[in-house]
Amino acid sequence: MSSSSEMSALAPNRKLRFATTSLAGCFGCHMSLLDIDERLFDLLERVEFDRSPLTDIKHCGPCDIGLIEGGICNAENIHVLREFRSNCKVLIAIGACAINGGLPAQRNHLDLGQCLQEVYLTGPGIVGGQVPNDLELPLPLDKVHPLHEIVRIDYFIPGCPPSGDAIWKFLTDLLDGRTPRLGHPLLHFD
Amino acid sequence: MRAQYILVDGLPIPFEEGQTIMQAAMVAEVFIPHLCHHPEFKPQGSCKLCTVKANGRYVSACTMPAKDGMEVENNSPDLNDKRRTMLQMLFVEGNHFCPSCEQSGNCRLQALAYELEMLTPHFNQFYPDRPLDASHPEVLLDFNRCILCELCVRASRDVDGKNVFALSGRGIGKHLIVNAESGRLADTAFSLADKAAHVCPVGVILEKRRGFAIPIGRRRYDLEPIGMQVEGQARRRSGEL
Ligand code: SF4
Ligand code: SF4
Ligand code: FES
Repeated sequence: MSSSSEMSALAPNRKLRFATTSLAGCFGCHMSLLDIDERLFDLLERVEFDRSPLTDIKHCGPCDIGLIEGGICNAENIHVLREFRSNCKVLIAIGACAINGGLPAQRNHLDLGQCLQEVYLTGPGIVGGQVPNDLELPLPLDKVHPLHEIVRIDYFIPGCPPSGDAIWKFLTDLLDGRTPRLGHPLLHFD
Repeated sequence: MRAQYILVDGLPIPFEEGQTIMQAAMVAEVFIPHLCHHPEFKPQGSCKLCTVKANGRYVSACTMPAKDGMEVENNSPDLNDKRRTMLQMLFVEGNHFCPSCEQSGNCRLQALAYELEMLTPHFNQFYPDRPLDASHPEVLLDFNRCILCELCVRASRDVDGKNVFALSGRGIGKHLIVNAESGRLADTAFSLADKAAHVCPVGVILEKRRGFAIPIGRRRYDLEPIGMQVEGQARRRSGEL
């Protein structure tokens, strides 16, 4: 686990750049990040947000830490994930969906075409529906995947979502140059 | 006759002739991770989670008879790394979506993953297609989480005398089946009173209308990690905690 010590070595006196995004997730992990409450001020002493729903910056620049919630369910997710990987020294998968696909992956044993048919055309109560087909819409993948199946991931914070305390423990370990560790009761998968 | 001992991580543990390493450790309240072992059933040694090093060789603690003076390595980084890898393989082979699983918080597989600090399944997910069996009035079968430990097979055969469950297929195609012409649980003599209804270490054999009865924070492994539930008492008695 050299990356955390590298990080304090590389950036002793400047704020670390921190990017976050949600792919095939529900923003629950971001809500949990906000749940660190007033510790957000301490965090802001040490990091500067790059691309994130909190800043509305649309593309990620060179960053020290990237935090991604949600798995990969469409083509755009892959582009964003690769953008994060090529820009972030340390990439963290946060939450059940980023780690094993989570709830969206529960469609994986179904045929995607049939899913779309049922949701938009043949499901109960649908009259005159149509399968969305706008060029702006990213193409769905036939299966949902966790992040580590597409790019290398350095750290994982499990939970659905992990608690604010778990996120805080993890980030402060990382920022202080310790190997991040979640023991009981912070480590949970639900 | 002088009492016989094995040394588990240097700690002398007495045993009786015929006991396995696991049985001696359980009596002594020393935690050896395990999934397919259950003290009430004949050991079968299939999950390999209990792998220890006895006199320098990897063996299954649940099937290896204890021998006087045997040196057993148990709680070491090498063994725990291997055990974590085995857990990861079990996780990706099935569909383990803990947040929507009724067994979450009471599940041995999950509790061991916490104990061994498994933060990621690491391997590629299989995402197998395993339809549920909701035919029985009292019990739901969610095969997505089956780890093939055969505890239900042993309980139904050896205790209930009903032979409701069996494993079928070979290798990666191996899976749990219900012994009925239709393959449905409703068409067997299975009942909620059976031993087999209460031995599954994961979330396959689930009593209906009981899901999520215990709130998060009060479930079995929310309270104390699995290793501590085994070792806590002894360690508190000895003043270590
Ligand atoms: S059986 Fe255990 S590990 Fe699998 S989904 Fe349920 S709680 Fe999680
Ligand atoms: S259903 Fe449960 S008890 Fe039976 S083999 Fe599968 S995991 Fe083991
Ligand atoms: S507990 Fe020994 S092999 Fe499963």
